[in-house]
Amino acid sequence: MTVDLAPHIDKHLLPVLRKVSDPEIPVLTVLDLGVIREAVEENGKVYIKLTPTYSGCPAMDVIGDDLKAAFKAIGKEAEIDLVLSPAWSTDWISEEGKRKMEAYGIAPPLEESADKAALLGNKKLVKCTNCGSTNTRLVSQFGSTACKALFQCNDCEEPFDYFKCLK
Amino acid sequence: MKNEDLYQYILGIADNSLILGQRLGELCGHGPTLETDIALTNIALDLFGQTRSYYQYAAKLAGGVKTEDDVAMLREEREYRNVLLVEQPNTDFAFVIVRQYLFDEFHLLLMQELQNSKDEMLAAIAKKGIKEVSYHRRFSGDWVKRLGDGTAESNERMQQAVDDLWRYTDELFHLTKADREMIGQGIGVDVSQLRDTYYNTVTELLQEATLTVPEQEYFQKGGKEGIHSEHMGYLLTELQYMQRSYPNMNW
Ligand SMILES: [Zn+2]
Repeated sequence: MTVDLAPHIDKHLLPVLRKVSDPEIPVLTVLDLGVIREAVEENGKVYIKLTPTYSGCPAMDVIGDDLKAAFKAIGKEAEIDLVLSPAWSTDWISEEGKRKMEAYGIAPPLEESADKAALLGNKKLVKCTNCGSTNTRLVSQFGSTACKALFQCNDCEEPFDYFKCLK
Repeated sequence: MKNEDLYQYILGIADNSLILGQRLGELCGHGPTLETDIALTNIALDLFGQTRSYYQYAAKLAGGVKTEDDVAMLREEREYRNVLLVEQPNTDFAFVIVRQYLFDEFHLLLMQELQNSKDEMLAAIAKKGIKEVSYHRRFSGDWVKRLGDGTAESNERMQQAVDDLWRYTDELFHLTKADREMIGQGIGVDVSQLRDTYYNTVTELLQEATLTVPEQEYFQKGGKEGIHSEHMGYLLTELQYMQRSYPNMNW
């Protein structure tokens, strides 16, 4: 089933949105991350619907403040509304976002069944961000933040984060 | 308050996450290994995140100048609606894991039902929560198996924790007045209906972990009515210290 969940974003707001990044993965913009569910301008005011990645993600308050500041810099007031439904999914991370994430040293989320096999069945599917080998092992289901798991490469020994699939 | 039952119902769910999150937070920097330390505090963070959504909603229902922080931080012990299980202390790592597992299994069942609530806000929080709680359950369930079916020492400690904490499981399925009201309105989950599924699943996992399921007929209760164990006062003292000492303080 394909549900069109493409967010409604006024095109002229994109350049500003592109300037705001995830404070914990600074190479990703809020657009790459898929957390902007709506951004429209009405009567000179910008209204943004933001969805959290994880319920307790401390980055969300920061992102909200950063968005307000980015629009203030161009003389616009922004109002942020936090929406929980539909719940954020790693499917909403853009392809470009996944590439940037990998280049940054975080293995991007696999699709759901592969993710389960990697996290539960110890299947070697997660690619090392350092050498590209899939000869890797799960060290901990929770990494540096709730959204990541900690892996280590058996070939080059590099420890790295894997962004868990959330669906 | 017009929606007193809904307000109380929300606290009945939210307080479990708050108090368990507080217990897990105590372990920050004290976990047995770096990975488990990080995992447990990440779980705490998820729980606080969920509870924050509930409290924001509850504060809105309460109206006036009440904020999510007032609801979380400024109630008396008797006004907290969490089950006794989640306030039990971090006796050792076995207790931490068993308490977590016994709660996670319930929490997941509850969220799966709550996502169908007629109340859109509760349904949305639950839908978001399910994804997170699935990870929690996976983590705690794995550790129950690993330690239960581990060394003689780990098995003994796990069995001790199971024997001690089992008496708090029955309360998970008790219905309060607010529960009954909300079930009637299609908003609340009838947790008494979850009991069989819960015990079947838990029993299966404990057996896989080579642990013995206690044959117990006496169970503790009271948390849902605000009558807590002796551990709760100490926990709240630490939780509320800043707001009580420096009212309205902010980071
Ligand atoms: Zn490698």
